[in-house]
Amino acid sequence: FTKRKLDAAAVEELEDLLVMADLGPATAAKLAAAISKERFDKEVDPDEIRGALADEVAAILEPVAKPLTTDSGAKPHVVLVAGVNGSGKTTTIGKFAKHLQAEGKTVMLAAGDTFRAAAIEQLKVWGDRTGATVVAKEQGADAAGLAFDAIERARREGVDVLLIDTAGRLHNKSGLMEELKKIVRVIRKMDETAPHDVLLVLDATTGQNAIAQVETFKEMVNVTGLVVTKLDGTAKGGVLVALAERFALPVHAIGVGEQADDLRPFAARDFARGLMGLED
Amino acid sequence: MFDSLSDKLGSVLDGLRRRGALKESDVDQAMRDVRLALLEADVALPVVRDFIAQVKERAVGQEVLKSVTPGQMVVKIVHDGLVEMLGGAAPSEDGTPPAPEGLNLLGEPPVAFLMVGLQGSGKTTSTAKIARRLQQRDKKKVLMASLDVYRPAAQEQLKILGEQAEVSTLPIVAGQQPVDIAKRAMQAGRFGGYDVVMLDTAGRLHVDEGLMAEVAAVKTATNPSEVMLVADAMTGQDAVNVADSFNKRVGLTGIMLTRVDGDARGGAALSMRAVTQCPIKLLGVGEKLDELEEFHADRIAGRILGM
Ligand SMILES: Nc1nc2c(ncn2[C@@H]2O[C@H](COP(=O)(O)OP(=O)(O)OP(=O)(O)O)[C@@H](O)[C@H]2O)c(=O)[nH]1
Ligand SMILES: Nc1nc2c(ncn2[C@@H]2O[C@H](COP(=O)(O)OP(=O)(O)OP(=O)(O)O)[C@@H](O)[C@H]2O)c(=O)[nH]1
Ligand SMILES: [K+]
Ligand SMILES: [Mg+2]
Ligand SMILES: [Mg+2]
Repeated sequence: FTKRKLDAAAVEELEDLLVMADLGPATAAKLAAAISKERFDKEVDPDEIRGALADEVAAILEPVAKPLTTDSGAKPHVVLVAGVNGSGKTTTIGKFAKHLQAEGKTVMLAAGDTFRAAAIEQLKVWGDRTGATVVAKEQGADAAGLAFDAIERARREGVDVLLIDTAGRLHNKSGLMEELKKIVRVIRKMDETAPHDVLLVLDATTGQNAIAQVETFKEMVNVTGLVVTKLDGTAKGGVLVALAERFALPVHAIGVGEQADDLRPFAARDFARGLMGLED
Repeated sequence: MFDSLSDKLGSVLDGLRRRGALKESDVDQAMRDVRLALLEADVALPVVRDFIAQVKERAVGQEVLKSVTPGQMVVKIVHDGLVEMLGGAAPSEDGTPPAPEGLNLLGEPPVAFLMVGLQGSGKTTSTAKIARRLQQRDKKKVLMASLDVYRPAAQEQLKILGEQAEVSTLPIVAGQQPVDIAKRAMQAGRFGGYDVVMLDTAGRLHVDEGLMAEVAAVKTATNPSEVMLVADAMTGQDAVNVADSFNKRVGLTGIMLTRVDGDARGGAALSMRAVTQCPIKLLGVGEKLDELEEFHADRIAGRILGM
């Protein structure tokens, strides 16, 4: 390794690296400025300086790295899963079903996406794969009504965790967001402590729009935690740094593939090093 | 935002002499604001750099007319530069925008359309939207086939969409693999007198060597007249990697941008267009099958600038 002076050009290179990892121009500039304040004009080794920046990012993310806990004591512990279209909600539910069952919990899935073609069939396949029971009605049925039925049945059968799938919806569609609120209202009527978790599933490929997604979903349905999918690609998901600073919502897990086992805990340090293009 | 960019550039530039030409130093600060606006809109950094260099060159030396303020003039240069980079030709003399680039139906029927892209980008829905339009508006006979043997219920999804759109779908044969399904679809297309066979593929990562080889083999087997990358308008910086990889591997002929009904600024459109030189042909503006629009460079340019 060759040491190099941390001059303006070197700081800009670091900032560019952050921008290209989707941290957004403001967060990237802020982090680059912080590192440059500490070491400007000093001789630094490029890997070391990236490592230092990764540490900085990891410190921001550390507090939000919290696995999903489903021991509210409620039976069922109700987890509502929401997000924009195609982000990975249904797949993530399948993955959680497998994970929770491996922890010894009984899991039920509710096919609350009654809108999209074959969404119900898709969840049923996940039910078959994981052995979790799937509660479903026909396409076009009322999603809130389905949630109601699912909670009733989960109670009757003494299920530990109920995972409720919902149709994808863009946060700027107020009608669809109202429908989601209605699902929450119906759930709350049955158990005022429920839903115990409201997960927002974000696609790591998404850029700065993720901020608007979190803001609106949080305001409308009180999101309690995030899952970031598709981190097996080349997208870095750096917008999470801005999200952590702004909303401090827990990041419960990440998706790294399409199979049931492709769910990982969110590890702040690994994620931060990945953002900086550092292996390990 | 467009207004706020105008305001910003205005406050940066409008204090300058009202006459004479813009100097490089005048333009530099303005370009920093433009850079920021583009990055906030998710335009990929390398594309932003090229764009800024071009626009700066155009702006420097411009005579500031009495009637326009320098800020407005630079905004116009930026806007026109974006439109051009997005593939929009200049509007004709009477101001009407140029016709968007259409779908290529040339070739011995049935012609194949191959739909490719990342997981969840909107391929299956877009396949049905395009098929429906070709059939209803353009009076083409269309067959759709799902080559997605991986995602749970993917073939079922296309079948249901076919019923909703009243477009034929290739009967599902359990266990058949993508290249064989594609060949069967083309054969059914020939025997059934179809004009177009739309091939919906499974979502795949551009770095998944096995699946990229598979889609390349489908292309070889079907010789499509359109290879359309279906991409989410919310995509961030990764758009350049995705578009570039798909283009290198399967040779794209067009891009369809989905979820334009969202509020993302859509900088990915510029990134993908710049890196592939492929026209953006269509926009998905909703989940319903009639929610399909033509691409207009000036509209997306305005949107990227936050207009
Ligand atoms: N590579 C990769 N693909 C994923 C991951 N998670 C989900 N997918 C894929 O992304 C696509 C969309 O996933 P879904 O689970 O159907 O997404 P959704 O949010 O339920 O979609 P809608 O219900 O239509 O809004 C599918 O092809 C999944 O296999 C992931 O972590 N990595
Ligand atoms: N709001 C909106 N939703 C869209 C649009 N296009 C597709 N969708 C939705 O996005 C989600 C994913 O669409 P699909 O067509 O299943 O995506 P895909 O690319 O085929 O997904 P995979 O096959 O899993 O890779 C669904 O919920 C669609 O309804 C669009 O233009 N706007
Ligand atoms: K996406
Ligand atoms: Mg779903
Ligand atoms: Mg599909």
